[in-house]
Amino acid sequence: MSITLTASRIRLTRSRKTIVDIDHLSISAGGVLALIGPNGAGKSTLLQILSLLLLPDSGTIEWNGEPVTEGNRLAAIRRMAIVFQDALLLNTTVKRNIEIPQRIRGIPKKDAEMRAEEWMNRLGIAHLARHPARKLSGGEAQRTSIARALALQPQLLFMDEPFSALDYPTRKSLLVRLGDILPASGITTMFVTHDFSEIPYLTNQVAVLFEGRIVQRGNIRDILGESAVSIHTWAPWERIGLP
Amino acid sequence: MLTAVRMLVTLDPEVLEITWRTIQVSTTATLISVIVGIPIGTMLALRRFRGRGLWVSLINFGMGLPPVVVGLVTWLLLARYGPLGMLGLLYTPTAMVIAQSIIACPIVAGFSMAAIQSLNPKMLLQIRSMGTTRLQFLLLLLWEARLGILSAVIAGFGGVVSEVGASMMVGGNIRGYTRVLTTATVLEVSKGKMELATALSIILLTLTFAVVSLLSHLQQRRSGS
Repeated sequence: MSITLTASRIRLTRSRKTIVDIDHLSISAGGVLALIGPNGAGKSTLLQILSLLLLPDSGTIEWNGEPVTEGNRLAAIRRMAIVFQDALLLNTTVKRNIEIPQRIRGIPKKDAEMRAEEWMNRLGIAHLARHPARKLSGGEAQRTSIARALALQPQLLFMDEPFSALDYPTRKSLLVRLGDILPASGITTMFVTHDFSEIPYLTNQVAVLFEGRIVQRGNIRDILGESAVSIHTWAPWERIGLP
Repeated sequence: MLTAVRMLVTLDPEVLEITWRTIQVSTTATLISVIVGIPIGTMLALRRFRGRGLWVSLINFGMGLPPVVVGLVTWLLLARYGPLGMLGLLYTPTAMVIAQSIIACPIVAGFSMAAIQSLNPKMLLQIRSMGTTRLQFLLLLLWEARLGILSAVIAGFGGVVSEVGASMMVGGNIRGYTRVLTTATVLEVSKGKMELATALSIILLTLTFAVVSLLSHLQQRRSGS
């Protein structure tokens, strides 16, 4: 089951500098939204706020119209999953890395094991089940991180530049696989990237973040034109009239 | 060396009793320092609050506390006319445990703080994103930092099992009651019985090596390597 997340009047300042200033942002149920912007635009900070890991100075976040409060924050977090740029795996085996978050959320041991096996198979890392996570290659580690997130069966998935540290063949292979998995699973997803070429694999819905504000939102082709996929990452900023 | 071997092989009752007391006192002090030091180290690693810098300085300072000074302070606290004199703990094994705990706590706290601070800060976010309760968060964090935490325990135990000043001062080196391997060694040296002192030192080294090896084995086995 998918849900909708709505953020309203979110403000965060640090040392008198505005980091995030969002009037309204919503993610449609079952949809995939790409959040793109240059370094320092506030993408990762916004993702941490939306994933309830960072409290903004002001603003509200709602799940299906219900505001997230201190009382229901943990329950809300337990309906989400995050994949960071670094795989950030625990110092144990691949399989245990996928099982532990499930056990934390109260999923029975047998179910956690079944889900871990299913997602290791789907992401092509089943042969690494008993492998120490610290000895994985970058691509294997990120596959494990994605398997860990998807095995939680989240209603909302956040991905913070998950492919930026990977080489091109690994990145493409993962993008293709996720491009199949996400629409089929119906998981509402927010995908942060600074590389436009990654977006079409997963979605055509884009929000552009600049200096903490969403300056454009819509279909990738409407924002960037027909050649969106082939142009250089930084060209869009010139096209949409930003400095 | 031969004397030490003979004492162990023949199970010399006095040596066994001193060795057992050394294990009891130092292990108890290490356990207390783990119970007190790890939470302090964890709090200092994770929290930002007014006066934190002073606490960190105190912990770092405490890691190098001279045992003889700790012994003196503990003696003043436990002496008949001291603030805790009514407890009647001076020259008891309990007094030695108190003094050794004071020595080990900053060591365990300092190493624990460093172990947690050495984790990738984003790992803390990743753990929180799993939906951990506060307790689950702390347990998973400590588990992730277990190599450094076990180093803290090893350093704490090593610090107390080898000290002599504090144990001598607050324990009094009473035969059959507060004598431990270090204080017994000092006594035998002062009596000129170098062979016996050497034997006791070898037993102390063997004991320390055995405990540290056990902890090191645990540390490396759990490293996932």
